Amino acid sequence: MISAFFVVLFAFLAGMDGILDQFQFHQPLVAATLIGLANGHLTEGIILGGTLQMLALGWMNIGAAVAPDAALASAVSAYLVTGPAQVSVDTGMAIAIPLAVAGQVLTIGVRTLTVALAHIADKQAEKGSLRGVETVHWTALSLQGLRIAIPVIIVMAVGAGPVNDALNAIPDVITKGLAVAGGFIVVVGYAMVINMMATAELWPFFFLGFALSAVSELNLIAMGMIGLVLALIYLQLSPRFNGGSGNSGSGKGGSGNGDPIDTILNNY
Amino acid sequence: MSEETKNEVHLTKGDLVNTWWRSTFLQAAWNYERMQNVGWAFSMIPGIRRLYKTKEDRASALKRHLEFFNTHPYVASPILGVQLAMEEQRANGAEINDEAINGVKVGMMGPLAGVGDPIFWGTMRPVLGAFAAGMAQSGSVMGPIIFFVVWNLIRMLFLWYSQQLGYREGTNITQDLAGGAMQKITTGASILGMFIMGVLVPRWTTMNFPMVMSKVKVQDGAAADIPGLAKAINGGDVSASKIADVVGQIQGGQSLTAYKVTTLQDTLDQLLPGLAPLLLMFIVLWLLRKRVSAITIIFGLFFVGILAYAFGIMA
Repeated sequence: MISAFFVVLFAFLAGMDGILDQFQFHQPLVAATLIGLANGHLTEGIILGGTLQMLALGWMNIGAAVAPDAALASAVSAYLVTGPAQVSVDTGMAIAIPLAVAGQVLTIGVRTLTVALAHIADKQAEKGSLRGVETVHWTALSLQGLRIAIPVIIVMAVGAGPVNDALNAIPDVITKGLAVAGGFIVVVGYAMVINMMATAELWPFFFLGFALSAVSELNLIAMGMIGLVLALIYLQLSPRFNGGSGNSGSGKGGSGNGDPIDTILNNY
Repeated sequence: MSEETKNEVHLTKGDLVNTWWRSTFLQAAWNYERMQNVGWAFSMIPGIRRLYKTKEDRASALKRHLEFFNTHPYVASPILGVQLAMEEQRANGAEINDEAINGVKVGMMGPLAGVGDPIFWGTMRPVLGAFAAGMAQSGSVMGPIIFFVVWNLIRMLFLWYSQQLGYREGTNITQDLAGGAMQKITTGASILGMFIMGVLVPRWTTMNFPMVMSKVKVQDGAAADIPGLAKAINGGDVSASKIADVVGQIQGGQSLTAYKVTTLQDTLDQLLPGLAPLLLMFIVLWLLRKRVSAITIIFGLFFVGILAYAFGIMA
């Protein structure tokens, strides 16, 4: 009972952060770990979280576009893997995908529902009621929390038996095939990140990283250092940031080299 | 004017801290009509409460802050700082009308979102997330802990200091935005991000092609005499020199089996390790640019995985 309470609580947190995008309670790494902890299967939760995190690497809400929903995917999948159903991590990952779509639909629904709440906020503003606007604000946030908590409660109510029966009914070739796909599905996440950032100027750095990684044994920390050094060197040498374009003309910072970043830092 | 200056109202440190905390919930009431507007007004409320005392003043302040607003949730903080500074001046009699306040808001949110998205979503979360996920996949609890702590530390410091910067600089900050600093940070972060993506593509993508491409009988004498050794062991007359002989043959580069099996994987690795993930990444990138949704691609790849397994191409 206590573990059920915490599972629902963590699902609620994941739902709220799914819209806020601040603490990262909705990211698989955090959500699956917490739900694994609540169910007493911490390690399975962590491993599932790490696996799903690779998948969700590129899921980001930019502007008004809504990405696949990591919150519902990680909360329900983590409950199935670490809860009484004891589903395998591979299966957990496979069912996370349709869940991410369902979560996406749900958040779009809530984001539409909150249009009505925004109008109530307008009414409260007319009255000059600060408290009224705050109440609307918290109500909307709770809706986003419930968006994840309620589906998790439904899965709990259905119970481990029917869930396992349904999953066992899936033929072997599908589950093994899904596991194979799970190995390379992460490229979608990479491609989404690259799609957002790639410019002609930046592609060489991608290929440099690829070549170094494919043929060397350097670990990620060393790679991070190389990447950082490359970025710093590039910024120092690129004429775009360095030439005498005179954007330091106003020279109010008096930092000598006219570096605008120095000017901002010196103002601190 | 002189009596007004005596009654000047100023925001306290507490108001600023309160705004900082509230800005965490900027997106709570995100809606399709005016997006972050309710959360924005919610974040401005400590300032409104301090600066305006009458019902009418508060009503008009709330209304002008319930206008459309949308940006990356973290880079809203410097804009909040600027708006607090503007409201403070307005409350103390400066000629700042609603249009000016809205203009600054709208003018800043676009360029700042263009900085926040690639830095936080495009670089920081994938890099930190991938690093921590790697640890987590081996079951280490340090993975999630590092992810959570590092992320929130950076985020909270950024929200606070950028809000303070906005508050102190006021509208001057718009000039800094136009300057090279923002572009420099964005470019630097994107270089790191692209480099790490290049690193991750071959390293953490698992594509294994055990399908047999060719099976060639090895020339006589080119295979190590392992069958002979096995016969000797079973016959009970194995000798040290026989073992040394076979080990020598293996060390000399002779084949372990009488047949040389080449799988598709071997062929690909000879070309370049990680070639298959790279090609797949470019196919996905191409599909994304054709506006195929990520979810459709993911479902498609699951289907490909099932087919490839069923036909024995991949495992």
